[in-house]
Amino acid sequence: MTSHVLSLLVEDKPGLLTRVAGLFARRGFNIESLAVGHSEIPGLSRITILVDVEDVPLEQVTKQLNKLINVIKIVELDVAQSVQREHLLIKVKVDNTTRSQVLEAVNLFRASVVDVATDAVVIEVTGDSGKTQALLRVLEPFGIRELAQSGLLAIGRGSKSITERVFKN
Amino acid sequence: MTTEPTPVPSAPASTEPEMLTGSGAIIRTLELLGVTDVFGIPGGAVIPLYDELMTQDKIRHILVRHEQGAGHAAEGYASATGRVGVAIATSGPGATNLVTAIADAYMDSVPLLAITGQVFSTSMGTDAFQEADIIGITMPITKHSFLARRAEEIPAAIASAYHIASTGRPGPVLVDITKDAQQNLAPFIWPPKLDLPGYRPIVKAHGKQVQAAAQLLLAAKKPVLYVGGGVIRAGASPELLELAESTGAPVVTTLMARGAFPDSHPQHLGMPGMHGTVPAVLALQESDLIISLGARFDDRVTGKISEFAPNAKIVHVDVDPAEISKIRTADVPIVGDAKDVIADLILAYADAAKGATSDVSVPATAEWWTYLHGLKEEFPLGFTEPTDGLLAPQYVIQRIGELTGPEAVYAAGVGQHQMWAAQFIKYERPNSWLNSGGAGTMGYSVPAAMGAKVAEPDRVVWSIDGDGCFQMTNQELATCTINKIPIKVAIINNSSLGMVRQWQSLFYDGRHSFTDLNTGHGTAMVPDFVKMADAYGALGIRVTSKDQVDDAIKLALATNDRPVVIDFIVSPGAMVWPMVPQGVSNSFVQYAKDHAPTWGDE
Repeated sequence: MTSHVLSLLVEDKPGLLTRVAGLFARRGFNIESLAVGHSEIPGLSRITILVDVEDVPLEQVTKQLNKLINVIKIVELDVAQSVQREHLLIKVKVDNTTRSQVLEAVNLFRASVVDVATDAVVIEVTGDSGKTQALLRVLEPFGIRELAQSGLLAIGRGSKSITERVFKN
Repeated sequence: MTTEPTPVPSAPASTEPEMLTGSGAIIRTLELLGVTDVFGIPGGAVIPLYDELMTQDKIRHILVRHEQGAGHAAEGYASATGRVGVAIATSGPGATNLVTAIADAYMDSVPLLAITGQVFSTSMGTDAFQEADIIGITMPITKHSFLARRAEEIPAAIASAYHIASTGRPGPVLVDITKDAQQNLAPFIWPPKLDLPGYRPIVKAHGKQVQAAAQLLLAAKKPVLYVGGGVIRAGASPELLELAESTGAPVVTTLMARGAFPDSHPQHLGMPGMHGTVPAVLALQESDLIISLGARFDDRVTGKISEFAPNAKIVHVDVDPAEISKIRTADVPIVGDAKDVIADLILAYADAAKGATSDVSVPATAEWWTYLHGLKEEFPLGFTEPTDGLLAPQYVIQRIGELTGPEAVYAAGVGQHQMWAAQFIKYERPNSWLNSGGAGTMGYSVPAAMGAKVAEPDRVVWSIDGDGCFQMTNQELATCTINKIPIKVAIINNSSLGMVRQWQSLFYDGRHSFTDLNTGHGTAMVPDFVKMADAYGALGIRVTSKDQVDDAIKLALATNDRPVVIDFIVSPGAMVWPMVPQGVSNSFVQYAKDHAPTWGDE
């Protein structure tokens, strides 16, 4: 299996997410992560999906997604040709003996502390999955009490936009 | 099918748009789209719509007895004509009763517009009386769906649904309309703006790919045209005939494509697949080039896919890009409408042939045809008389076809009788054979025949049904009698769920677990189909012996003031042959029970 990042431009219609997610489920494909939000065009949303499939089934997924009436465009974003980021909020247990070590890790990873309590801190980190996974490994021994993670976000490098050729006709 | 938005006549010019209720807008929209017949049954959430239906005479509404009947009738209507079939149901159970027909239309690419009532928009999501999330329920089995919560949204929702259902790869589209949207007033603006930026079906194929296909066709020594239902949906039979005759290639027509190419044509090898003819099965299996036209390499056609046609290059033509290379990787993928692509291919082939230097006095396919002619001679379609002395079901079906002729419409249920009807009736024109191919929906036949008869009242319409299937949807006989829709039903009554019984006989040691229906010979005959026909106001005829067959069919053909039901009491022992057992290579096609290579334990 190989990971692929699909970026979908979709109409912002009720049930859209169900249509996309349902298609993955019934065709037997797993969504590793999903991020949804508005695009720069009013009425259009952008979905970033991380899937773990071989190349041939991926082609079938893409074709099936393309058949959904509300899906306008799909591109696969190559790791080398795109910027890919995850966003994590991590609540870590701390006490007087461990706080400084945790903060040191936060600094090393260029993460930040966004909430402090006497026995815990909430850390915010942004980065590719290599970085975020590494930080999680470092924080693990201190005790991760809670983890909230966004889906992967991705955008192509350079000046091209996936929306630019959509409304030419 | 075109990509152009459906042409619509414009409404009379006026300065102020007319105010209509949402229900009025539904009917006006259907009318302006050219819909003349709808099938449905009222209920709480569509009373406003039905109230409006009563006040007009442009659209004929056929009151069915069960929503599944409405759905299959709309399918039969669509499949017999190529027009969009329309079914109406109320919310909740009315809508869920449509589900089977919608799934059926999805599998067989039938242009179906399903209109369902929904509870008040203010009650949605509260588990209100007769509330069901029908959009959610049908999401995996519709091409698309729309929810109209406001009267203003109705014209665009229905016109978009109609457009999507009938263009590209056709399919079912559902429009769910809340009761308040039906009741409220809104200005009726026509034509509505169809805002479908994500819907752009590809019709015209790449010229280069078509040329590549023509080159392969010219070079092939063992080509086959593998014709699927897409050719019928695209109305591409005239082009197919020309392509076949200009190339001299043999043709096979799948279950969904029976009639796409005349059975009487010498290049026609018949139906491929699990119950296909030996020449059709082996032609695909041993070919060096398969030109797939609107077919989708269904498992019932390919047998074990890894061993299917191992030496064949594949040219795959389909209007749906997702079908191409889904099952078998195409060497030349061509996305486009079958009618356009075949027309282009004819020209490209002629061009390629002109440029070819080889001697054309002996076609490259001569040896191939010698082999295929041999197969045709050695393995013609046929059947043996049952040993129990009862009627041969194949004989009955064959005689129905012979006495009625190719101008009729034949709608089958699902099972043995369906296969025999596909095999032993000779189809000469597209849209004359209706059946549930992909979904295999028992109960399809009677309502589908009813829909076809509504669409084409001048044609004889036969429902070739089984005793099992018939008991699933025969309530529509009431609809037929009351509405003067004189279909003819031939029940091939083998007193059992015959296809399951056949598999039990062949693969489960003859253990006939729960497949006896006790409707036929030597049983209690519950129900008595002749009495049942009588109760429904239809002419009921029972046939138990060979000498009664022709007379009964002739009487049915002569009776046009009411539906006819003939209860043909046939042998339960008859089996469908040839057969490729599930999960093995097509090379192991069995011509008859004791006439084939043996197969391993499957």
